[in-house]
Amino acid sequence: MTPAEGTSAAASDPPGDPAPAQPRFPPGTRVQVRDDWPERRGPCHIRTPHYLRGRTGTVQRLLGRFANPEDLAFARPAPKRALYHVLFEQPPIWDEGRPGDELLVEIFEHWLEPAEAMKEAV
Amino acid sequence: MSAPARSDSPARLEALIGALKAKSILTEEELAARQAQTDRASPEIGARMVARAWLDPEWRRRLLSDGSAAAEAMGVSMAGAPPLGVLEDTPQRHHLVVCTLCSCYPRAVLGYPPHWYKSFGFRARSVRDPRGVLAEWGTVLPEGVDIRVVDSTADYRWMVLPLRPDGTEGWSEDQLAAIVTRDALVGVALPKVPPAAAAA
Repeated sequence: MTPAEGTSAAASDPPGDPAPAQPRFPPGTRVQVRDDWPERRGPCHIRTPHYLRGRTGTVQRLLGRFANPEDLAFARPAPKRALYHVLFEQPPIWDEGRPGDELLVEIFEHWLEPAEAMKEAV
Repeated sequence: MSAPARSDSPARLEALIGALKAKSILTEEELAARQAQTDRASPEIGARMVARAWLDPEWRRRLLSDGSAAAEAMGVSMAGAPPLGVLEDTPQRHHLVVCTLCSCYPRAVLGYPPHWYKSFGFRARSVRDPRGVLAEWGTVLPEGVDIRVVDSTADYRWMVLPLRPDGTEGWSEDQLAAIVTRDALVGVALPKVPPAAAAA
């Protein structure tokens, strides 16, 4: 059981949460997961798997806006953030994979950057 | 992922419940209602949703577009539950559901997750070597079928809508629901027609 377990899409925004912004990444956008490791800086609760940090994928669709688990886990006011379903090619992330196989993963907007701005690192 | 049970777990649980009641966060009635709802949930609900989707195209569209609304229509209370998404297998694509970070599982329509779903082995290997994991279940996909591993990392819970197997033409909803197992609903297995039924 994690702090994210049991949270609901219907949970109300904490006071002061700004009106929902337009989602930054429409379906089909090439995005890169931030190559960031908050785990090295101190206690945190991150829902972005290690194996995807720095990897490039494609936005499949916006799933909705959800309270940021990184704040919820520490009982801080948790503004809602856009959550996307992002598709990754399984190899080259894992050598055991077969070309054509894919990974589909929920990733929050603040963990994504436009891939165009990056060098083709992956 | 739940922590291992300790000898003082019951006392700790009682202390927690007592504190929640003292702070008016939880009542005995709410606790009992939630426990009853959790105990009622079982893979039979998910299997029924799938069987209906195999028979009724309109229900299928509803299930795929809004799994939570479909669950509510089945009499499952989704209030306070994470939203349910349903992933449609096709002749070219098979879905496998895992939660590499903990054990997120569509409890509202499948009940408690099995022990293996929470194991480090299943969680680590499903994203890395999904075909190897499926082979250990005896699940071999036909040539040309790609796997899409769905890592349930955040606020949704995911269930698979598998392909209806050949040999089930003319079957009733009850007959179809009976071959949709818990394992098929997260994609480690495929619905199978029992040999006796196939021969009949």
